[in-house]
Amino acid sequence: MTTAPAKAGWRFRQPSVIPGFGLTLGFSLAYLTLIILIPLSGLVWRSASLGWSDFFAIATDRRTVKALEISFGTAFIAAAINVVFGTIVAWVLVRYRFPGRRVIDAMVDLPFALPTAVAGIALTTLYSPKGWMGALLAPLGIKVAYTPLGIVIALVFIGLPFVVRTVQPIIEEIDKEVEEAAATLGANRFQTIFLVLFPGLAPAVVTGFALAFARGVGEYGSVIFIAGNLPYVSEIAPLLIVIRLEEYDYAAATAIATIMLALSFLMLLVINLIQSRTRKRYG
Amino acid sequence: MEVRVSNVRKEFDRFPALRDVSLDIRSGELIALLGPSGSGKTTLLRLIAGLERPTRGTIFFGDEDASNRTIQERNVGFVFQHYALFRHMTVADNIGFGLKVRPSAKRPTKAEIRRRASELLDLVQLSGLEKRYPAQLSGGQRQRVALARAMAIEPKVLLLDEPFGALDAQVRRELRRWLREIHDATGHTTIFVTHDQEEALELADRVVVMSQGRIEQIGTADEVYDTPNSPFVYGFIGESSSLPVKVEDGQVWISDRPIGLTAPELPDGEATLYFRPHDIELLDECNGCIAGTVAASRRVAGTRRVELEIGGGRERIEIELPVGHPAAQKSRVAFRPKRWKVFPKPVEG
Ligand SMILES: Nc1ncnc2c1ncn2[C@@H]1O[C@H](COP(=O)(O)OP(=O)(O)OP(=O)(O)O)[C@@H](O)[C@H]1O
Ligand SMILES: [Mg+2]
Repeated sequence: MTTAPAKAGWRFRQPSVIPGFGLTLGFSLAYLTLIILIPLSGLVWRSASLGWSDFFAIATDRRTVKALEISFGTAFIAAAINVVFGTIVAWVLVRYRFPGRRVIDAMVDLPFALPTAVAGIALTTLYSPKGWMGALLAPLGIKVAYTPLGIVIALVFIGLPFVVRTVQPIIEEIDKEVEEAAATLGANRFQTIFLVLFPGLAPAVVTGFALAFARGVGEYGSVIFIAGNLPYVSEIAPLLIVIRLEEYDYAAATAIATIMLALSFLMLLVINLIQSRTRKRYG
Repeated sequence: MEVRVSNVRKEFDRFPALRDVSLDIRSGELIALLGPSGSGKTTLLRLIAGLERPTRGTIFFGDEDASNRTIQERNVGFVFQHYALFRHMTVADNIGFGLKVRPSAKRPTKAEIRRRASELLDLVQLSGLEKRYPAQLSGGQRQRVALARAMAIEPKVLLLDEPFGALDAQVRRELRRWLREIHDATGHTTIFVTHDQEEALELADRVVVMSQGRIEQIGTADEVYDTPNSPFVYGFIGESSSLPVKVEDGQVWISDRPIGLTAPELPDGEATLYFRPHDIELLDECNGCIAGTVAASRRVAGTRRVELEIGGGRERIEIELPVGHPAAQKSRVAFRPKRWKVFPKPVEG
């Protein structure tokens, strides 16, 4: 394990005058290896024992593909919705003073704290055809519970705090003078928000999106109640993994898990790259 | 564009940041607002820009009451103390912003905006930096981008809040000269805030000296330096010495001796005499003078500063003597200020 990379013969760009770079980097690497890398490589190892053709067969199985589509698709849509409304919520919480602001501010964290199964059951009761919301939507021909729409709603619920809490501090930091500068240059309120303020929030919004998306892909507890779990329709990949496990089909379970892992890693990597590009520019 | 500030008062939660300020600015003038921290300079600038509303009083642009106009309509260029550049936009986009947000009927084409931006970059001597982001510029460069951005909208009035505040002395002097040149070239009415008196006196057509939310004096550099109209201005601009005196029948007295100065317009009573340490004449014999014992003497550049004890050491003042003047070595020196002013002691309560 690398604990003293400075001695490893590579040349690091001296990151700052503050000492401790070698020690902290060594610690971080060791820690990440222990906590993340070893368990995950175990997973890959396990699925590798499957052999290519078997792996390929599982990966292209229609039920697997459909489940992955649903998982990533709904997570993407939910994260996109959260980006829009989460940013608005963060904006309102920072910019306006109204009675109950603190209560709402605290409420944002509830999806973090609530056991996800509780959230799932609550949402299912609400949106099932006989529930409050479900009963309202049913006459309009909108079915929420037991459809992908239900999954999206559950994931929106779960992902909201990720966006709000990443964007909020950045909104708080916005310099009042930047807005005033835009106004003196002739920009109206709308232009100031969309040309000046929101683009400045972009890096934080992207982070919030990544977090909400990643969380959505991996979410299990809240989704399985509302999804109805119909194969090919509303069955998410994590559930399919559990199903395979219950069938003692460990190879299939790990194969699906490995695919999820690879896809998630790829998407997060892309998001991170976008981010480091914008970061470099804005300084 | 003429700007007229008429009896303006501005309160923040009851705290008066400006009390009854009136100021006439002629078209094309370069005006400096000079005053200590907290004297209301920024507040006055923000009121003119429309970023704050006066609690009382009116601001006129030409003959028109400016309060009828929104910030956007006032067409003022405002350069903020901390630049307030848009950090996700390139330098060129920053400068072009004011043109880009115009309603489509008045908006120049994209190519035209780009051309204007690079013209302005030439003017502020930053040609070739169009594609940089603000984070990739030095402080002085950011300052100049902020100025170019403000000038892009062809403002009627240009307002600058401590434009050179955060820069080192060398760059400051350069930018100062350069601002004067730009002002002369463009002819915008310009108001800038500073608390550097050298900057104000050197650069401005007229200097507005402020203190505690009031305008103390408005005048050219010569006027505010040579004929300060209040103890504050005497103390704030340049160096000054002051002595407590008494006025009786138009004569100025120190303890029990008249000092040969007359102030016929002043009422009898306690007062304070102000003069510049270098603006004095030395006297050989004293019939009507200020006399004191030399307490300390130090060399300051081309002159010698002498500290005198007056009236048995109760008061100390400074005067300036030529180096090598014999009086500096004498233990007793008599002098009379050439240019001076006596202000009656403010009535208590
Ligand atoms: N938004 C505000 N709310 C409350 N008080 C304010 C506000 N803005 C300014 N003040 C007060 O008004 C007074 C004048 O402030 P102003 O910013 O105009 O001073 P200034 O002359 O620009 O000082 P400096 O040289 O330090 O910038 C100060 O006492 C300040 O505390
Ligand atoms: Mg100020």
